Amino acid sequence: MDKKISTALVVDDNTVNQRIHRKLLDNLGIQSETVANGKEAVDVHISGKNFDLILMDLEMPIMNGIEATRKLREMGIRSMIAGVSTRSLEEEKQEFMKAGLDDFQEKPLTVAKLVSILHKLNRK
Amino acid sequence: MDRNHPHRQLALMRQSFFDQGYLDEQFIQLEELQDDANPNFVEEVVTSYYRDSARLILNIEQALEKKPLDFNKLDGYMHQFKGSSSSIGAEKVKAECTQFREYCRAGNGEGCIRTFQQLKKEYTTLKKKLEAYFQLARQAGPSETACRPK
Repeated sequence: MDKKISTALVVDDNTVNQRIHRKLLDNLGIQSETVANGKEAVDVHISGKNFDLILMDLEMPIMNGIEATRKLREMGIRSMIAGVSTRSLEEEKQEFMKAGLDDFQEKPLTVAKLVSILHKLNRK
Repeated sequence: MDRNHPHRQLALMRQSFFDQGYLDEQFIQLEELQDDANPNFVEEVVTSYYRDSARLILNIEQALEKKPLDFNKLDGYMHQFKGSSSSIGAEKVKAECTQFREYCRAGNGEGCIRTFQQLKKEYTTLKKKLEAYFQLARQAGPSETACRPK
């Protein structure tokens, strides 16, 4: 890969998925942090942190992935944001993409899907 | 290899999970993530799944006792449950989750209750099988890495 991707933020309210996504990233040498909802994702950026990649779940309490993505883009966050969600309605997916996603992958996330996201990041 | 050798027993047990539809490809994905740095990764994820989903089961049970049924709430819980089950490759549990959600969308309370009973059976059956599997794995000690089911 040309671009060095070293940091990622996992935004998911499900602890099983948090764990799996972190391990996927870890195995590719990418350091990651986790937050449990969209609001926490926004807050962590307000605190000054930045990430090469954000893996954003869709359905979360307090603030969902669509709202969080929209907010992050409004804040000027240019990180790659990949939506990662279980199969949802096409309209919902379109709304998620319109909010500012660079990519979307259906859960469960696998090595192949994550590599696909990273390749897209390199082309960005 | 002697058929009674622990690794052989482990392999046969593991194969049966796929042959009988309890687990799918996603479980193999978890196994492939396991490494020397996290030698018990799969068991830890599965343990986390059972811990988190116990709470969800309680929430669903309580929600099913309320009249009238709040199908949106039930669907929300089951979305969570399905997500976790899918992430560990729990194929039969996931199928029951899907069925439950269909009954929610149809506003079919009886269907939800019936499916939930079946879901709990599949969930408990898988839990017992995986507990036995991990116990045997600990007794057997380190073995070769994950391989695709035949």
